[in-house]
Amino acid sequence: MAALLEARNISKEYRKGVWNSATNVALEGMSLTINDDEPSITVVAGESGSGKTTLANLLLDITRPTTGQILYRGKDPADMTAEEHLAFRREVQVIFQDPFESYNPFHKVDRVLTMPLKRFKLATSAAEARKLIERALDLVGLHPEDTLGRFPHQLSGGQRQRIMVARALVLQPRIIIADEPVSMVDASLRAVILESLLRLNRELGISLVYITHDLTTAYQVGDSSIILYRGAITEVGDVDLVIRQPEHPYTRLLVDSIPLPDPKKRWGTDTLITGADEDAETVSVGCKFVSRCPFAMPMCHEKEPPIFQTNARRGVACFLYRESPVMPAKEVSDLMVRAPNRPAPVPAQPQLVTTDG
Amino acid sequence: MTADALTVRDLRVHYHTPVGPIKAVDGVSFTVHESERFGLVGESGSGKTTAAFAILQLTKPPARIESGSVMLDGTDLVRLSEDELRSKRFSEIALIPQGAMNSLNPVIRINEQMADVIRAHDKSTSKAEARRRVGDALERVGLKREVADKFPHELSGGMKQRVCIAMAITLKPKIIVADEPTSALDVVTQRQVMETLASVQKMLGASLILVGHDMGLMAQFVDRIGVMYAGRLVEVAPVADLFQEPLHPYSRLLISSLPSLETKGNFKGIPGIAPSLRRLPPGCPFNPRCPSAMPQCTTIEPTLVEVRPGRWVSCHLY
Repeated sequence: MAALLEARNISKEYRKGVWNSATNVALEGMSLTINDDEPSITVVAGESGSGKTTLANLLLDITRPTTGQILYRGKDPADMTAEEHLAFRREVQVIFQDPFESYNPFHKVDRVLTMPLKRFKLATSAAEARKLIERALDLVGLHPEDTLGRFPHQLSGGQRQRIMVARALVLQPRIIIADEPVSMVDASLRAVILESLLRLNRELGISLVYITHDLTTAYQVGDSSIILYRGAITEVGDVDLVIRQPEHPYTRLLVDSIPLPDPKKRWGTDTLITGADEDAETVSVGCKFVSRCPFAMPMCHEKEPPIFQTNARRGVACFLYRESPVMPAKEVSDLMVRAPNRPAPVPAQPQLVTTDG
Repeated sequence: MTADALTVRDLRVHYHTPVGPIKAVDGVSFTVHESERFGLVGESGSGKTTAAFAILQLTKPPARIESGSVMLDGTDLVRLSEDELRSKRFSEIALIPQGAMNSLNPVIRINEQMADVIRAHDKSTSKAEARRRVGDALERVGLKREVADKFPHELSGGMKQRVCIAMAITLKPKIIVADEPTSALDVVTQRQVMETLASVQKMLGASLILVGHDMGLMAQFVDRIGVMYAGRLVEVAPVADLFQEPLHPYSRLLISSLPSLETKGNFKGIPGIAPSLRRLPPGCPFNPRCPSAMPQCTTIEPTLVEVRPGRWVSCHLY
């Protein structure tokens, strides 16, 4: 079991201003390992400002961590040779949130597909490039004749976002980091994009880091999940446990706030919410959630909770579970990406679960 | 049945572009009852926001209201002059805009922005009186009175959205139109904002039109719902009925495509793509994507009819 992409205890601080030396901690003490031989789908969820996108930027080497290390195939991108760095850039791909802003409106959409092929010299002839592009489009459920040769404004948001998935695909990546890939896409098309992402994982063995604030889609596609709050992990583990039976008070609040599409299950009035996020003062010691937590105890103000292992497939950073053993960082990081024995999770769509990929 | 607060009849709004008119809203009719929460749901390009803006008479060129009426208390808003409308806005009908962060003036304190609304309607209001009313409105949405002295950038997204709610209710309107009020907020803040909105709506006894694309939010919040597709209402129903048994094939597909926490791996989308409003297919605009399309669907456009008490559908199946 070799590590492909590894984050070792990374933290990222941003200065509050050019002249202000105070810092904002966007992410702290995060470790994560994506293995080479075990394609996984890791969901990173949390509200705005929880550090989700910072984590994506760090994994992509768009920004560098303040402390800690990112390793790709055992090497820090900062120490890579030009050739190695190019390989890293090809093998770790990204899909951004906005399918409208990620295109240059003056160029046909073909460009986003041919450019990377040229840049990475993956095709020797135009015919070969065309073949690779058509295959990638086919994998995301688009017909080349409907999409190629068009300008971005002639395509729907869903088509544009699927072309972005195809763009990542033509490079034959090992890992795709998808930062809120469906949050700007209509409900009826969301399913199609999620389905194509899932297919990449199941059929092509590409690991995914799916970053979202939407716990329903997180539950739909994810194997394991990380819930972040203000840059720190609150709960981590198998999605079926974390999202269906959340333990951390913050995760419970999140799950409880999902607007379920069922008028019979409306938000209760017994709101867990105590104090809005904006009222929560920034605490330097103790649990970050303490000022909003209905179960806060004196010890929560004194020190930050470690991650307690409440189940073989779950860890919770909350003193309510202090009876459980504290998890070592290595095991936490394994929990985040372990494909939990995957007992054929998608029986509804059997054609998508071909495991021979 | 309760009295009607707002009646929209055969509203048509077209965008006049160099390539010809685009019929963004094409014959929309519905009624909102007193103290009711009505949802107007649709995907991007379905015309929901254009319709909401037309109700408020905020339609701007190149869009133009071609025909139809919006009756509020016996007055047709479409026929009012700009001055007459100004006296109705905020006091009779108010908008909570999408993206609160952009709708507040960044260089003016909250108090002045809100006091403007009060004094635009009653010039005799003293500064102190306006300030007191601003404070009251802020408290009603769960904010501290001191928020009045802040600039928008000093507030979080959820707080700014609540300021917008406070501003909309300062003059106690009868109708509140909320256009995707929580689309930029995360789930926890979204829930707080929606609960705030619900409580002020109840307190004022106002009717509320919630415009949005999030079926989950609609299920949580509204009493009745109108589903829009390609500038038309395809179904209007009590929200519980719609989710229990959607009648229009589009509503059916829309509801079945929603991910839930009940079943995993439910990736049913709606086949095909939304039609371009410039080149709508003949007949029912949904026919190319409809699993139950019949020959007449490609030639005759269905109209919205009441097929059961309270349930309106625009489909040849009924």
